[in-house]
Amino acid sequence: MKVTVLFFASLREQLGQPREQLELPAGVGTVAALREHLRARGGAWASVFAQGKPVRAAVNQDMVHPAAAIKAGDEIAFFPPVTGG
Amino acid sequence: MKLSIQEQDFDLGAEVRAISKNSTIGAVASFVGLVRDVRMSLEHYPGMTETAIRKIVDEAASRWQVMDCTVIHRYGDLEPNDQIVMVAVASAHRGDAFQACEFIMDYLKTQAPFWKKEHRAGGATWVEARASDDDAADRWRK
Repeated sequence: MKVTVLFFASLREQLGQPREQLELPAGVGTVAALREHLRARGGAWASVFAQGKPVRAAVNQDMVHPAAAIKAGDEIAFFPPVTGG
Repeated sequence: MKLSIQEQDFDLGAEVRAISKNSTIGAVASFVGLVRDVRMSLEHYPGMTETAIRKIVDEAASRWQVMDCTVIHRYGDLEPNDQIVMVAVASAHRGDAFQACEFIMDYLKTQAPFWKKEHRAGGATWVEARASDDDAADRWRK
């Protein structure tokens, strides 16, 4: 299944890219599973998505919990806790 | 409702006058957030930002009488004393206007996808989220 993954702020800088089209293997069906899938790449990915790191996620521009499901064609964004206002 | 995510500055007085036209409006409460003592740049998530803020305003309008509302948030490079954000809420009476305005700001701080990066002499650092902002938003749940 193909999805678009976006990265913002410190995550974008540490990973060196703002977005990526990704073909997900079977079994990666939630935000938490996608996070783990990315963490397993090692290097900067392992540190950005290390357990306990405060990373927030949105699916199709709606803030979600890690257990949220993802499906083909979704836009999934990862970012640090927001600091606007 | 007017919502604008923009690089350029805004004029609070003009915005407040613009939402006070209807003669049933008896109160406009407004808030302006400013850059304190350090240069910063603000990044956001175009599309989600607008959706998130509209949801917050809808939630406010379900709790209080919101007859009109303007939210402007800037992004890009900002200097000390620059205006960052404004919220103005028009209502028949002040109680609803004050509370809705504060609610919108508290939720905007924790739900709208903006990130601040501070530029100091020693280098640039991303601002860390504060637990007190989560607490401010949480108190409206009680």
